[in-house]
Amino acid sequence: MTFARTTKLFGREIAAVAVTFLGLLLVTFFIGRVVPIDPVLAAVGDRAPAEVYERVKVELGLHLPLYEQFWLYLKKIAQGDLGRSVLTSNTVLADIGRVFPATLELATLGTIIGVSIGVPAGVLAAIHRGTWIDQVVRVVGLFGFSVPVFWLGLMGLLVFYRILGVVGGPGRLGVAFEDIVDPITGVILLDAALRGEWEVFRNAFSHLILPACVLGYFSLAYVSRMTRSFMLEQLRQEYVTTARVKGLPERRVVWRHALGNAMVPLITVIALSYANLLEGSVLTETVFAWPGLGRYITNSLLNADMNAVLGGTLVVGAVFIGLNLLADILYRLVDPRAR
Amino acid sequence: MDGAPLLDVADLHVRFHTRTGIVEAVRGLSFALGREKLGVVGESGSGKSMTGRAILGLVPPPGEVTASRLAFKGRDLRTLAGPELRALRGRHISMVLQDPKFSLNPVMRVGDQIAEAYRQHHRVNRRDAHARSIAMLEKVRIRDARRVYDLYPHEVSGGMGQRIMIAMMLIPEPDVIIADEPTSALDVTVQMQVLAILDDLVTERGMGLIFISHDLALVGSFCDRVLVMYGGRVMETLAARDLAHATHPYTRGLLSCLPQLDKPTAVLPTLTRDPSWMGS
Repeated sequence: MTFARTTKLFGREIAAVAVTFLGLLLVTFFIGRVVPIDPVLAAVGDRAPAEVYERVKVELGLHLPLYEQFWLYLKKIAQGDLGRSVLTSNTVLADIGRVFPATLELATLGTIIGVSIGVPAGVLAAIHRGTWIDQVVRVVGLFGFSVPVFWLGLMGLLVFYRILGVVGGPGRLGVAFEDIVDPITGVILLDAALRGEWEVFRNAFSHLILPACVLGYFSLAYVSRMTRSFMLEQLRQEYVTTARVKGLPERRVVWRHALGNAMVPLITVIALSYANLLEGSVLTETVFAWPGLGRYITNSLLNADMNAVLGGTLVVGAVFIGLNLLADILYRLVDPRAR
Repeated sequence: MDGAPLLDVADLHVRFHTRTGIVEAVRGLSFALGREKLGVVGESGSGKSMTGRAILGLVPPPGEVTASRLAFKGRDLRTLAGPELRALRGRHISMVLQDPKFSLNPVMRVGDQIAEAYRQHHRVNRRDAHARSIAMLEKVRIRDARRVYDLYPHEVSGGMGQRIMIAMMLIPEPDVIIADEPTSALDVTVQMQVLAILDDLVTERGMGLIFISHDLALVGSFCDRVLVMYGGRVMETLAARDLAHATHPYTRGLLSCLPQLDKPTAVLPTLTRDPSWMGS
């Protein structure tokens, strides 16, 4: 693919992303102005004298007309300034830099588990439609859909941590392993591997695996159901008959021809499910004392820490936009008709 | 027909067990195919397509196929299963499906689909299969075969798609090819072109062809013999050149329904079907 062609292909996507991101900024800006929390009061406290209040108001630019405020907001965002969190007294950017990698780690492993089991399960259910295999996949999926996550998480901790002792408990690391590895990316597994600290890696993995399985189970439930229905649709198509007429083994007909086509819509499904997990799953993070994005945003919201909430919202929105772009690109790689 | 038949079919039945009862798509069909072009004509639902699929073991569940004889070169097809059946498909009996828009895999390069068919039955490396596929594309009269090899199905026209389909089905060098309405989805202008290619290859390689169609005139001019089907049964079998003089009332009825350019009529006759055709 030449460079000119690539730009032509993705130029529109990039423009669309820019417009969407601007829309996102507009929304977060207005949420910040609409909520009944006075940012000046939040900064100076309710006992500050009136002149201090006025001075801070001018410093924050709140006396300006809205469009100028929005321009100021954009300038700040461009500089990476999301304001300071009242709750933690860190910059919001630093806070998010700390909590997002935790969520990223959890969501990524969860999605890998969900997809690597969910897709084959869905394919098996489709080719054995109406048999016990189909029923098992259906029941397992339905269970994943309907069981509350906090219950599943607590049961998992009870069985695998308390009784069997095969996984690490809540948190990202055991106490003895904290602060050994200097963060590079913030993703502990990656950092430990990069620095060659395999003891830390093992401990972090043992803490990660259970919550990742719980999240992966939800992802699996969704992905396997969608895979099943996409596969049933593809297996009805004529090109599947063609593949069989050619004398291809059923394995190849199903996994290469039919699944190759089912991957097209599946990419969107997987990207959406990944985005859902990246938003931060408050309940899972709470049960496993996981210092992730979901818990951070929820805590900030409960404490009326507006800068943190808006910064978190911005990150969640940006993640959605980014994953949509990624899904679009993958979609084109898989489906020549979309190129 | 000379020597032993390639395909020998006797009393073929295809039944579907549904909730509302048994639907019989093919009821006691018998015919033999040599190295010739056999046309199978009939209305929609007369069991033409199901016959082709039954021979290849491709009747979808809950369909059930029975026959008192179903043999390819003396080999009983009824008892074949799994690997034996797959070794037969494509390599010995193949099928050209109706519409290349749907019968080619949309996310695979057409050339790779052809090479895949060849590699399934011949032990060759990737490069040889590639060269063979390009040669095969040239045989179905595709110019610039190297470029076409790398195209995807949505990038080729209907006529070209069907020539690619023919290339894919003929590359493992089968003895029998079943063409299920191979030109019905094509523009009239390219129908003849595709038929000529099919005709040349079948004649050149001495294959047996089952040409399934609802186009009486086409079958009459293209095939050696014609088998007329109605309601899953054979009404009559006759040499293609005698089609105009068919004696069976059903065939006569079909023929009289054809519009004629030199004798325009406002209303075409309607076929009257005799229930007794379905008896015995």
